[in-house]
Order: sequence, then structure tokens, then C-alpha cells
Amino acid sequence: MIVSNLEVIPGKRIQTHFGLVQGSSVRAKHVGRDIMAGLKNIFGGELRGYTELLQESRQEAYDRMLDQAKAVGANAVLNVRFSTSSVAAGAAELFAYGTAVILE
Amino acid sequence: MIDLIILISLLALGYGFGQYAEKRHYTSIRKRELILRNIPVVASRIPPQGKPNYDSQLVSGSVVISVDYFKRFVAGLKGLLGGRITSYETLLDRARREAILRVKREAKDMGAEIVFNIKLETASIHKGRGNAIGSVEVLAYGTALIPN
Repeated sequence: MIVSNLEVIPGKRIQTHFGLVQGSSVRAKHVGRDIMAGLKNIFGGELRGYTELLQESRQEAYDRMLDQAKAVGANAVLNVRFSTSSVAAGAAELFAYGTAVILE
Repeated sequence: MIDLIILISLLALGYGFGQYAEKRHYTSIRKRELILRNIPVVASRIPPQGKPNYDSQLVSGSVVISVDYFKRFVAGLKGLLGGRITSYETLLDRARREAILRVKREAKDMGAEIVFNIKLETASIHKGRGNAIGSVEVLAYGTALIPN
């Protein structure tokens, strides 16, 4: 499976378009991490707990997108985009989407 | 009175640790930027034509950085007067450069030569009291071209 955020892959031609595939994941932060984040809000610096949390949930959204692409029989996802939005206080949605295609 | 003492000590703590953390972070960013300089990251959307022997792979890097108490306080004051809020400018600058460095690091580990179509996304994660921005997440992602 080739995943790329380019619209074309050098040296490969698109055979079939399947249209949009997407995956999302909504996560809430947990209390322990929140306390650490509260401390870091005084001292400044990187919030590693949050970085990891968001990476994990983004990975999950990405995996869901790949599952969808596999389900339609694609061998590549092009023009992938990520987006983040906060749904409610303390929860964020991570969203990944792209175009599923078959490359020659 | 106690409130005032707490406020002042929080400000002092924030100033001390915040300045130290920022200086250390900038030193480390500059050092790693020099090391990873041989992997260009470009915003161009069109990959090189006529060189088909590349594998492409999505790479990403993200970071969540928080501003310290002192800077948030100063930014709050600036909010009344208007004008540049330098404390948030450095926060965002650090976050972006760090995220791009993580992209480069991942690309280098894959043996990539160049990263195309870099996208940067910023989201404010945690809003403190009075809707002051506490921390921001910056995500950078792009396509690494790996010669095969």
C-alpha cells in the first residue's frame, strides 16, 4: 500500500479511481496526563503525554482510512490530508482522508 | 494577599523555568537543524519528473508545546493593548521547527532524499482560564522520496 500526500506518484500511473476514503478517531485526554499538562502550563515546554496521545489517535484514524482503502480494493491512497478539530472541552477529533486508487 | 503571593511565585517560576526551557529547546533545534540539513523539505506539490526510481512514503511529525505562566500573563496584558505578542510567536516558531525536524528525522531513518509537499497544521489543544491559549499542537506531514 502506497500512501502519499502527493497527487501523483513519480513513475506510476493511476488506473482506477475509487474516490474518497476516510478515517477518524475521537479521543479524550486522561486525568493523569491532564495534571501533568497543568504543571507544564506553568513551566512551559513540551507536553509529551499529549504528543503521544495525539499521535496514537492519529495513527488510529490513519489505520481506519487504510482499512477502508483495502476494503474497496485499492493499492494506494493519494493526496492524504490530516485535520484536527476539538469537538467538546477535553476531546479532540483526528481525521484523515485521501483518494483511494489503483496504481499500475 | 495570599493570592498575590501565589500569583507572583507562579510568575517567577514560569519566568525562570520557561526561559530556561526555551533557550535549551532553541539550542537543540539549531543543533538538529544543522545535522539534518541534507534532507530538504519542500512545499512543492509536483514531484521531479523523469526520475521514476523513487519509492514514496508518508512521513509525519507532531509536537505539543505549552507556553509558561509568565508568558501567558504577559500575553494577557498585551491583549488589552494590542500589538505583537512575541511570547506566542516564539511558541509557534519552536513548535513548527520541532515538527519539521521530526519529519526530517523520520525521513532520514527511512533513507529518504527529499520530502515533498510538506503541510503544516496547527491546533490549539488546551485553553486555559479566560480562553487564553495554553498549548498548541503542530503537525507536519509530507511525502518522503526514497531512492530505490
